[in-house]
Amino acid sequence: MNSIVRPIKTAAETALVEQFTAAKASLPGDKSVRETAFGAVVEGLPHRRVEEWKYTDLRALMKDAKPLAAAPGKAEIEAAKASAPFASVRKPDALLVNGALVELGAMPKGVEAVSLAKAYADNHPLLAKFGEAGAPGDNAAIALNTAFVSDGLLLTVEAGAKIDEPLHLAFVQQGAGHAAYARVLILVEEGASLTVIESHTGKGAHQTNSYVELLAADKTDVTLFKLQNEDLATQHLATLAMKLGAEANLTTANVSRGSALARQQIFVKFEGDNTKASLNGISLSGGNRHLDTTLFVDHASFNCESREQFKQVLDGESRSVFQGKILVRQNAQKTDGRMMMRALMLSEGCEADLKPELEIYADDVQCAHGATCAAIEEDYLFYLMARGIPKKDAEAILIEAFIDDVLETVEDEALRGEIHAVTHDWLQARD
Amino acid sequence: MLSIKNLHARIEENGQEILKGLDLDVPAGQVHAIMGPNGSGKSTLSYVLAGKEDYEVTDGSVTLDGEDLLELGADERAAKGVFLAFQYPLEIPGVGTMTFLKATLNAQRRARGEGELSTPDFMKLVKKNADELEISMEMLKRSLNVGFSGGEKKRNEILQMALLQPKLAILDETDSGLDIDALKVVSEGVNRLRSPDRSFVVITHYQRLLNYIKPDVVHVMSKGRIVRSGGPELALELEANGYAEYVEAA
Repeated sequence: MNSIVRPIKTAAETALVEQFTAAKASLPGDKSVRETAFGAVVEGLPHRRVEEWKYTDLRALMKDAKPLAAAPGKAEIEAAKASAPFASVRKPDALLVNGALVELGAMPKGVEAVSLAKAYADNHPLLAKFGEAGAPGDNAAIALNTAFVSDGLLLTVEAGAKIDEPLHLAFVQQGAGHAAYARVLILVEEGASLTVIESHTGKGAHQTNSYVELLAADKTDVTLFKLQNEDLATQHLATLAMKLGAEANLTTANVSRGSALARQQIFVKFEGDNTKASLNGISLSGGNRHLDTTLFVDHASFNCESREQFKQVLDGESRSVFQGKILVRQNAQKTDGRMMMRALMLSEGCEADLKPELEIYADDVQCAHGATCAAIEEDYLFYLMARGIPKKDAEAILIEAFIDDVLETVEDEALRGEIHAVTHDWLQARD
Repeated sequence: MLSIKNLHARIEENGQEILKGLDLDVPAGQVHAIMGPNGSGKSTLSYVLAGKEDYEVTDGSVTLDGEDLLELGADERAAKGVFLAFQYPLEIPGVGTMTFLKATLNAQRRARGEGELSTPDFMKLVKKNADELEISMEMLKRSLNVGFSGGEKKRNEILQMALLQPKLAILDETDSGLDIDALKVVSEGVNRLRSPDRSFVVITHYQRLLNYIKPDVVHVMSKGRIVRSGGPELALELEANGYAEYVEAA
């Protein structure tokens, strides 16, 4: 990855090595997998000279490495239960507190759920599927997760099962500053359909790292919605890696509102023909916060369609990064890919970094990308104010309009209402 | 009602002076038409009255019922009863027309210390006024002015005026882009709102609109000032002779 000699380790790098050395004996599962993964970061964290981390210099931004979270106590679990979001839409089906799966509800017919801790203990066959979605194992966020994770969830949706109600996976942080790792594998068998809501909330200056893998077989229909609304002091590293079979349908929407430093990585691989994916995201930053969305779409099959739509709203001195790459392999003829990224900059001091990339090896494809950065349209603002709407309210209306088409991709009305509440909350918190 | 004295205003960006000592008095209940050639400052006057920030007032005063308007922001002026019907109503994708109408009405009511309107009362009020302007409820479900025809946009402006019931309505070339039928609908909408405690400033190039909205006074504007005022017959004279004499004289 990089060959730069770096004799001095940062505090975070030193602490990570110490933690891994101390913890590896007690971490479950195959030790060699953890050793290999940790090898990617043992020399140090990625920095701005590594292209994928150019705009999010993890080495400089990660000031320390917090200790691994201890098992949550009863009080923490109760507090987490009470604070999990989306209660009106769906109570948590799986509750993870500080990375540990503490509650697993009854699954609907056709869904099987196993805790990752138990899967490690039983040497569950699904563990062999880890990494199958094809995300790079030497990516720092993935490597750290693989090295340290000890709990999470394995979900299987059996062939043909149509799961109407969404499943809510709630990741809640409680207590003082810790590092929490969690991993989820979602296996959707042929012809099945599923909607998953993933929520990340909690209080405290924690470091969280989640890795969700989706393996969707042929003719599946999957919707993944994620809200990242962690404490404004957290560091949130997250990876969503997905592999799609033929004639499948995928919709994802990521709303990023919390954290001091957050990086959401999304990897999609089209493994079968005639599949469609709609990938959407909103990030709301402010203060000194740094939000990153990094997307890699791998068109490796015939006649697939991808739509990428990402919107960022920036305020204060915040920085928001979106880098998206669409790769069209030589055999992926008739690919139709369209990526749009737009940033709305509300302040003088904010910075938006948008990097769209297309890499195309097939000759019969339609691909497009666009990127825009703009302030609020003064004429729109005047029109609303001339009708009596105060400036801040008028701005709020225009900001909500800016992200409206991304919100529209969330079909569940109740869920959409909850997201409106999150954006409303962000708007109210503006100076 | 509206009193403008020696108003000077320039474009903030380049300092170009547009209004050069404009005087205008519009008593309550009256309709005043402002006519004049292109570039005489008619639209600038409407923006300055509504509080657009691109213009800087360098001298003079504007009061509405004795209250200084120039000290107020655009939203505060609206709450005091100033309404500008835009020459080019903006299309704002993602802002639902109904959401917008409700936000404007309730913002003004709040600013005046009145309670917000309940949703059923609001719907009833919109329906009644929309029907009179031949605006379908279907149209109001769309984003604000997005995909509206020129005539629909102008009718939507008049609908907003009818809902907000301003003290002073400024119509900036409301007739532009309208066919005869739409012109009638819009004019009738305006005429329904005429009342002893409401004043209108109607900006137009053409006498045609004034056949439908009968003015009490007609002013001719040229090079940033009112250069002549008269009765409705002045509009007919302008229609016959054009603006050439004012362009040269001023």
